[in-house]
Amino acid sequence: MIKQLSWKVGGQQGEGIDSTGEIFSTALNRLGYHLYGYRHFSSRIKGGHSNTKIRISTQPVGAVSDDLDVLVAFDQETIDLNAHELHDKGVILADEKFNPKVPDDISARLFSVPFIKIAQEVGLAQMKNMVAVGASSSLLGLPLEAFQSVIEEKFSRKGQQVVEKNMQAIKEGADFILKETGEPLAELTLEPSDGKKRLYMIGNDAIALGAVAAGVRLMAAYPITPSSEIMEYLIKTLPKFGGTVVQTEDEMAAISMVIGANYGGIRSLTASAGPGLSLMTEAIGLAGMTETPAVIVDTQRGGPSTGLPTKQEQSDLNAMIYSTHGEIPKIVIAPSTVEECFYDTIQAFNLADKYQCPVIIVSDLALSLGKQSVEPLDYNRIQIDRGRLITEADGLKELANSELFKRYELTEDGISQRVIPGVKNGLHHVTGVEHDQVGRPSENPLNRKQMMEKRLQKLAGPIDFQDPVFIDAKHEEADLLIVGINSTRGVIQEGMERLEKDGIKVNHLHIRQVLPFPTEQVEPLVAKAKKVIVVENNATGQLTNQLRLHVGMLEKIKHVGKYDGNPFLPAEIYHECKELFAHGHV
Amino acid sequence: MATFKDFRNKVKPNWCPGCGDFSVLAAMQRAFANLGNEPEDVAIVSGIGCSGRISGYTNAYGFHGIHGRALPIAQGLKLANRDLTVVAAGGDGDGFAIGMSHTIHAIRRNVDITYIVMDNQVYGLTKGQTSPRSEMGFKTKSTPKGSIEATIAPLEMALTAGAGFVAQAFSSDLKQMTHLIEEGLKHKGFSLINVYSPCVTYNKINTYDWFKESLISLDDVEGYDPTNRMMAMQKLMESQGLVTGLIYQNKERQSYEDLIAGFEETPLVKQDMKISQANFDELVAEFA
Ligand SMILES: Cc1ncc(C[n+]2csc(CCOP(=O)(O)OP(=O)(O)O)c2C)c(N)n1
Ligand code: SF4
Ligand SMILES: [Mg+2]
Repeated sequence: MIKQLSWKVGGQQGEGIDSTGEIFSTALNRLGYHLYGYRHFSSRIKGGHSNTKIRISTQPVGAVSDDLDVLVAFDQETIDLNAHELHDKGVILADEKFNPKVPDDISARLFSVPFIKIAQEVGLAQMKNMVAVGASSSLLGLPLEAFQSVIEEKFSRKGQQVVEKNMQAIKEGADFILKETGEPLAELTLEPSDGKKRLYMIGNDAIALGAVAAGVRLMAAYPITPSSEIMEYLIKTLPKFGGTVVQTEDEMAAISMVIGANYGGIRSLTASAGPGLSLMTEAIGLAGMTETPAVIVDTQRGGPSTGLPTKQEQSDLNAMIYSTHGEIPKIVIAPSTVEECFYDTIQAFNLADKYQCPVIIVSDLALSLGKQSVEPLDYNRIQIDRGRLITEADGLKELANSELFKRYELTEDGISQRVIPGVKNGLHHVTGVEHDQVGRPSENPLNRKQMMEKRLQKLAGPIDFQDPVFIDAKHEEADLLIVGINSTRGVIQEGMERLEKDGIKVNHLHIRQVLPFPTEQVEPLVAKAKKVIVVENNATGQLTNQLRLHVGMLEKIKHVGKYDGNPFLPAEIYHECKELFAHGHV
Repeated sequence: MATFKDFRNKVKPNWCPGCGDFSVLAAMQRAFANLGNEPEDVAIVSGIGCSGRISGYTNAYGFHGIHGRALPIAQGLKLANRDLTVVAAGGDGDGFAIGMSHTIHAIRRNVDITYIVMDNQVYGLTKGQTSPRSEMGFKTKSTPKGSIEATIAPLEMALTAGAGFVAQAFSSDLKQMTHLIEEGLKHKGFSLINVYSPCVTYNKINTYDWFKESLISLDDVEGYDPTNRMMAMQKLMESQGLVTGLIYQNKERQSYEDLIAGFEETPLVKQDMKISQANFDELVAEFA
């Protein structure tokens, strides 16, 4: 029996690859296994190879594995493109119909299963996916009852008979394999799970759910991969709470609408990827200048320009930190697990309200679309803190003739009271032009200086973001500190375990707050490591440069980049770090 | 009850003496008062340009944003708080050049706001460059040999985009302008009011006198029916857009807010933000 394995299903895009993975993994999640799923897709709707790889484990997992145990192939291309991942004892389940061939250099075992034929006999060729699910389950020694509830939920709308037929297809797939193998294969049989209840979700769903929990009732956005799921979830969910999503004409409209809505007193967000973020730049500056809260999600993908729209990259950091002209207060936070996507999104809204500034939640494609097991989300951790927001006239002093409310009053911490339109005695101006304490345009040099300082003062001290860094530091003095951001957390953890086995003392630091940079938390760990490797999905070392800028110690901070569009594999982290470490190039 | 004076503030406009925008400001203030608004119930979102300063000259809530984006900001504000009277205002460059796509889409979307364009057919604030509203041959700093691009026809464009309220006013006719702004404010849905608001400094062609000679008021046109879209289009085309008055109104068209499924009369900003444990559990169950 084994503790973990990897399973992959592949075929032509639009052929039901996603739903095969979906059904298989939902059942495994309900059985209590820890899962990590990653979809490989291209920017085509139909056709083109697509696959879903799922890691199944009795322990928490946060990355795709280097190798593969089971490959389910609906066409020869899937075998040709993926068989090299299979280890020696791996198994290919392929449809007999296309007469599958295994390349000579691959020693994995092939089972030709009549997916389509069995499905047709049960009733419908499309159920070949169910046959594949059944066949996979018997290889892994899974109880078929696990699928009953999943199939019921998916098909009960279509009637009891459809549910039964699908279950039958699963069973026949399982029976076929059992007949071939005689008994479940020991090298593929999973140890029992802990049976605990968990959620299985993608980062984008967690962000969207977090927004609903934070009180968002309006989203304005323009569709773009890989952020669209956030919009889709909210289109489905916000109407239940009286809210709505506006699909705007472009991202400039989206962010401007968000600014208008926040000025009006509600919580609103937009989500996009690099190209949209670029278009939003000017308006983000307006939010900073007018001290209007605004939450923007950037799900990074391969850049520049249209780049690699369906592939992993972490190359928008510079744009998020620097792109707005002038100097504004801005917060950039970077969740690194799906669970954090939920809680951090709630925090993002509290931060935006508290500091009255734009907050960017940065994610990346692997985090936004990768599917992970998540411990049950805690309702009691949903806190809504609106900062110094005034929504009622009570307590506001009466304004004398044409006197205005000091919306931008100079205060010690730089944060002023914010009153929303509609409130009596709260009249004031808002403008992107430099302004005085009531918001009236002013070019007075002293006022200018005071206002710049006021705005920047808001984020000068440590901000109220919980855990600006994730630290796994077993060693007081480390040989190596690996630093990462967003989705690489799990893969770094695995790479670290392997390095530790080789006797290298490794600590892991994950940056969760990009701006303002958490120098205080980062510096001691860098100082106490002989060498520092920043692992990131980009070519120029954007996070590496942040580290160098804020903590110095340039000679020991090195960059390991990957920018071919794919997430890091554990073995790559291991080898790259080992190499740099061994040759002293660090 | 507030009078138009209550919508005045102490800020002295830095518009050139004689600028058409002064009357737009006055007409808007009157319209607010005539409809019984209080200053705190009104919000003006303006663009960038000489005209964009108008929000700062009104005693009401005002948001002076960035060039071309007044409309999306105003729509976001209105969706957040549908109890507010929301006006977007700006120049012809703001609305028909850099912000043109927002204009078309705001018309299509039909959120219940009023958009006042101070159309001087030139860029005032940046000191006299050509605008999409400039006439062919119009000489400016940026077109020393005269503009060689066709003039945009915003009202025809509004009609084809599905506008429910299209009007045009002239700065010199305060009474008609005030009336049109009132009608626009009362209209349920997006209302567009283009105002010929002469720039006395940079536009020596389309002057007060020129407009007085060229404009026809639809109030004086016998048989003109502003509910007839075809007639509206024909009138605009035959007059090259040189008409004032209510050009077209469709009272049947529902506003965006009215068409959003489940969107309540109570403004979003007054609703409870917190979701219940039961609702949360239900949302989470989808991922189990
Ligand atoms: C993004 C951006 N581009 C350019 C400008 C410079 N700019 C300010 S106002 C303006 C044009 C003003 O013309 P219009 O909108 O017709 O307003 P008017 O001054 O005529 O009232 C320009 C080009 C700017 N503020 N922002
Ligand atoms: S430049 Fe023209 S538009 Fe600007 S204030 Fe002067 S007259 Fe008015
Ligand atoms: Mg102009």
